[in-house]
Amino acid sequence: MIASLSLILLCQLVGEVAVRALAVPVPGPVVGLVLLLLLLLARDRFPVLARGPLGNDGVESASRGMLANLSLLFIPAGVGVVQKLDLLAEHGIAILAILAVSVIVTLLATVATFVAASSLLSREEENP
Amino acid sequence: MSENPFSLWVYLSQSPLLWLTVTLLTYAATDAVSLKTRRHPLANPVLHSLWIIGAFLLLTGTSYTTYFAGAQFVHFLLGPATVALAVPLYENRRRVAAAVLPMLVALAVGSLTAIVSVVLLARAFGLPRDIILSLAPKSVTAGVAMGISESLHADPSLTAVSVILTGIMGAIIVTPLMNFAGVTDFRGRGFAAGIAAHGIGTARAFQVDEVAGVFAGIAMSLNALVTSLLVPLAVTYLLR
Repeated sequence: MIASLSLILLCQLVGEVAVRALAVPVPGPVVGLVLLLLLLLARDRFPVLARGPLGNDGVESASRGMLANLSLLFIPAGVGVVQKLDLLAEHGIAILAILAVSVIVTLLATVATFVAASSLLSREEENP
Repeated sequence: MSENPFSLWVYLSQSPLLWLTVTLLTYAATDAVSLKTRRHPLANPVLHSLWIIGAFLLLTGTSYTTYFAGAQFVHFLLGPATVALAVPLYENRRRVAAAVLPMLVALAVGSLTAIVSVVLLARAFGLPRDIILSLAPKSVTAGVAMGISESLHADPSLTAVSVILTGIMGAIIVTPLMNFAGVTDFRGRGFAAGIAAHGIGTARAFQVDEVAGVFAGIAMSLNALVTSLLVPLAVTYLLR
């Protein structure tokens, strides 16, 4: 458990150091994600890596536990809404309406593109 | 009874213990209600935790800074949780590899739609320029969005609020909207949730379907990259 958590933190740490050293506009945890993915893939190729957090479902079960409660992690930042009540009183209806319309349009545009692209590509595979 | 019960409150309200406990208890309760309603979209645990904790802070006259000093231990885990998305991604790698092209096309369209729609709508409503700039990165995860907002000299704390509001709205609307539109592909449903509503959309997607959750997580990560490049461009063109 502790070893698995350490491995996750270590991936994030390496990610943060890398993006700062290279000054790229990529979030550190996203680089950490790629790193952990590469470690898991490497473990399948080289069984010698399958020990500690990378053996016995260690890092997998720690990750699943964290993701099962992903919603919880947004609460501290979200409570910050109490600081913006005056602004929301002034422009709140407009802001809420804008965000709602934008989120609906974005959901529909994204899913329509995804579904259209995947059916187009699978049709091409059938009749090359 | 101590001679001054007020001094106990002063002590507790300044310690991380109280605010950490309040955060976890409120979430445990709202999540239990969400489970009881079989994950009904309107029983979203983030939404209900926010107004309960917010009301508690207002009633006790506690500042957000004091609250956050305790709750930051939970907030910190957002980074490790992003790294942890590698695990479901790894477990579903074949499905993901088979859908790389549709994902890239949908990423381009979705990311652009998220930014352009909010900027144009905000302009149509006649909102001041600094508010529009703060709303522009609202579809990416809070940490990244606040960074973008800072680089535009906008208001990062307003950005954080609009990010969370966007996430909650997306998480509430995605299931009924997709059912209404007749979309049965859970890869596409999840991907859209991750693009439009970042981590809160991803949390919702994991509640509905594991494959949807995986695609939402990928969408959220990719969108964080694309949006940080697109927002500065979009605001220069659209807010001239």
